[in-house]
Amino acid sequence: MIKAILIFNNHGKPRLSKFYEHYSEDTEQQIIRETFHLVSKRDENVCNFLEGGMLIGGSENKLIYRHYATLYFVFCVDSSESELGILGLIQVFVETLDKCFENVCELDLIFHVDKVHNILAEMVMGGMVLETNMNEIITQVDAQNKMEKSEAGIAGAPARAVSAVKNMNLPEMPRNINIGDISIKVPNLPSFK
Amino acid sequence: MPAPIRLRELIRTIRTARTQAEEREMIQKECAAIRSSFREEDNTYRCRNVAKLLYMHMLGYPAHFGQLECLKLIASQKFTDKRIGYLGAMLLLDERQDVHLLMTNCIKNDLNHSTQYVQGLALCTLGCMGSSEMCRDLAGEVEKLLKTSNSYLRKKAALCAVHVIRKVPELMEMFLPATKNLLSEKNHGVLHTSVVLLTEMCERSPDMLLHFRKLVPQLVRILKNLIMSGYSPEHDVSGISDPFLQVRILRLLRILGRSDDDSSEAMNDILAQVATNTETSKNVGNAILYETVLTIMDIKSESGLRVLAINILGRFLLNNDKNIRYVALTSLLKTVQTDHNAVQRHRSTIVDCLKDLDVSIKRRAMELSFALVNGNNIRGMMKELLYFLDSCDPEFKADCASGVFLAAEKYAPSKRWHIDTIMRVLTTAGSYVRDDSVPNLIQLITNSVEMHAYTVQRLYKALLDDISQQPLVQVSSWCIGEYGDLLVSGQCEEEEPIQVTEDEVLDVLEGLLVSNLSTPVTRGYSLTAIMKLSTRFSSVNRIKKVVSIYGSSIDVELQQRAVEYNALFKKYDHMRPALLERMPIMEKTASNGPTEIMQTNGETEPSVPDTKHLPLVTQPANQANDLLDLLGGNDVMPVIQTTLPTKPASAGGELLDLLGDLSLTGGPTVVPAPAPSVPVSQPPFLLDGLSSQPLFNDTSAAIPPMTAYSKNGLKIEFTFERANPNPNIAVITIHATNTTEADMTEFVFQAAVPKTFQLQLLSPSSNIVPALNQGSVTQVIRVLNPQKQQLRMRVKLTYTHKGSPVQDLAEVNNFPPQSWQ
Repeated sequence: MIKAILIFNNHGKPRLSKFYEHYSEDTEQQIIRETFHLVSKRDENVCNFLEGGMLIGGSENKLIYRHYATLYFVFCVDSSESELGILGLIQVFVETLDKCFENVCELDLIFHVDKVHNILAEMVMGGMVLETNMNEIITQVDAQNKMEKSEAGIAGAPARAVSAVKNMNLPEMPRNINIGDISIKVPNLPSFK
Repeated sequence: MPAPIRLRELIRTIRTARTQAEEREMIQKECAAIRSSFREEDNTYRCRNVAKLLYMHMLGYPAHFGQLECLKLIASQKFTDKRIGYLGAMLLLDERQDVHLLMTNCIKNDLNHSTQYVQGLALCTLGCMGSSEMCRDLAGEVEKLLKTSNSYLRKKAALCAVHVIRKVPELMEMFLPATKNLLSEKNHGVLHTSVVLLTEMCERSPDMLLHFRKLVPQLVRILKNLIMSGYSPEHDVSGISDPFLQVRILRLLRILGRSDDDSSEAMNDILAQVATNTETSKNVGNAILYETVLTIMDIKSESGLRVLAINILGRFLLNNDKNIRYVALTSLLKTVQTDHNAVQRHRSTIVDCLKDLDVSIKRRAMELSFALVNGNNIRGMMKELLYFLDSCDPEFKADCASGVFLAAEKYAPSKRWHIDTIMRVLTTAGSYVRDDSVPNLIQLITNSVEMHAYTVQRLYKALLDDISQQPLVQVSSWCIGEYGDLLVSGQCEEEEPIQVTEDEVLDVLEGLLVSNLSTPVTRGYSLTAIMKLSTRFSSVNRIKKVVSIYGSSIDVELQQRAVEYNALFKKYDHMRPALLERMPIMEKTASNGPTEIMQTNGETEPSVPDTKHLPLVTQPANQANDLLDLLGGNDVMPVIQTTLPTKPASAGGELLDLLGDLSLTGGPTVVPAPAPSVPVSQPPFLLDGLSSQPLFNDTSAAIPPMTAYSKNGLKIEFTFERANPNPNIAVITIHATNTTEADMTEFVFQAAVPKTFQLQLLSPSSNIVPALNQGSVTQVIRVLNPQKQQLRMRVKLTYTHKGSPVQDLAEVNNFPPQSWQ
């Protein structure tokens, strides 16, 4: 089971933190700091596996990490996961981000944290690997984003109101209203724009 | 109230902050704005505000006031709201807050929503942070979704089911019917999560395990299709078809095949196929191979397959990629107990890994090296390990030193080598050794009589070089105190004797007392050493002066010692020589590791009997070796550590005490051995013996029991069985019965065996053998007989009969051949 997924940059600033086990908020921040200390000390050409720090379960859990440019991707797992498999998973995750954001860089992760969470939610659920096929993940994420766009997303609420009024199509007004033997002729009004 | 700023704006603003304080200020201002916006119950901007709150939460600022807002978002109709709301719930809420239960109804409705993505969101949240109450309420819905044909929902439902099972294990049976056709899915995502679900169920319940064993053929087929099918673009990762699924299936096969012959049979072919066909150039290929190796080692595979697995691991060790080597070392550590010989073949590669730069690899290589040490390779391995000890990081030194001591104790080829090794460790890593190594070393030195002069000379030289490592200093000062006379007399056969005067020795010891580097314990050692030298050296006055100075030391321990020694000089001078004479050989109590039946670690030749270790005539009160005399000097092989006083202290401890009572003149065969000619087993006793087997099943043909001793109304029978896990161990149960009219109380049974065997005596059922065969005393003996030599035993019986103590010795030679073959 995956206990936590952390992304932070070379200075230890968190870019994404997702915990699949319950920790208090303070502990979560401490874990991020501790993990950063452990991982940043590592040389470039040593293996990518580490014992977990004390806060996150000590020697029973392992930290499996990869360093891409300015970001560290760290997965904290227990002994039931295959270490080499998780390395492969990190690779798939980064490639998916790359496809979704087109040449992803740290700024993309900074400004679109919620989108990264959504992509991650399609890959890992409850600490277990859900889907590893990159195309499948991207398809699902795109479909959900489209749904969001149709509701104009988080930022669009007021803008939608204006465009709705602009595009309102009033139904055709009835030309002849017959009530009994009174016949009222309705004048032809120009269409409301 | 102006519209709340967008998330992007907030992020941009925060990034312009130049100090932590500035950032905190901005965030506090924004939090205040968000809070007032929440109070206004503004629906349009709620999702934006919660998104900002989640960002601030990630940076580490408190965000708990947003929890209820998340719930409101979840309840909204818009997909955007729901998405952010569920994300917020996963990040901010957990089962410790009571608020989370309010979500249950929302999730229930969303699980039945018309849009699959909403259902997906609900499943995701439930699967991440659902508490046991929520899981109980919603398990039915999850189970329904597990049967749907929509693969997107099915895979999510499978993982959600895993979470439910983890939280509420009793609900496992509920998901059983839905798993029936999970494996016939085509969609790999569903297959993957189904395998995870099956794995979880099998791990939790042995009944499920039995039930799912019948799926093994199906799993094998799926795996075969994955390997044999050609290139499939949608599942391809670096040229291998869906490696993640392959790894998962291999893991499930491992769990299903463990300790089951039929399933293991069915898997043998596919495992061999995967092992040979997988490409090893990419990481995913190696991941599959690694999983295959682990599976082969765990199930009941045939030996050819196991050798293949270990060879794969050996190839991994030579790989350039550090990760692969790490993984190989970890797996080898797990398998070294069971397939020792196969791992030995790769010993040189493992020892090379000690020189690697990577800390994790070094640690594993060190542990593995210690596991591989045996009597044959001890010299070479120890050289490498000592070199490693010299150059490794401090965090390793303690473990390495303990390991070296243990290995040296078990497999030392000679006394001198042992002492040299320990000295090397003390001089290189002295400050990191464990505390109990000092007394152990002292005991070792005492016991090797002929090495005293050599030892004290080497220690003295080491002391001249360096007095900072406390354990070394302590051992040296103790030795100098004991054997100082040998030092100044300059007699040493092993090395060039050095010329040392008494004054020089006393200078060194006094130097220790005043040095800042010495701890109080060390000072105590050196003061005592100086005192002991008063009987061995002639310059008593100098010693008297030193001792009296420390009578007023601030350190209480030191002061007490000095005052008492002073008194020794003054009032009790007549006792001084007797008190300060040479220490006798100490009995060996529990050593560092297990001393019972030990694995032979792959040795085939018997270890060379260390004849120097026979301390025959010179040592009085030689307790540990009394049993040696018991067995007679005619026997070439002395006995070492047979009656193990560690486990049950009662039987073993009394052995040593009682043997001390024997008046031994130290010569061979003191006690005449009455060898009673006992008849071999009688058929009527066969059934008795077999029916009272306490421990193990007798798998092979019953070994006939025998009467070992019958005299004066006391009869002792041996019944045999083989211990199941190790056929070299014979388990003998003794039954002692008493045909006289009086009880035999304080009955103690002791045994000794020749050197090539090892013996373990468990506690007896009682100490009283009731009269007239009314009952019996039983005791279990375990004998390890690795070389299948003929079993012989000397027994000693003591009991009190009619008020008078009785002691008897006997030799038992008529063991039936099946007991030791």
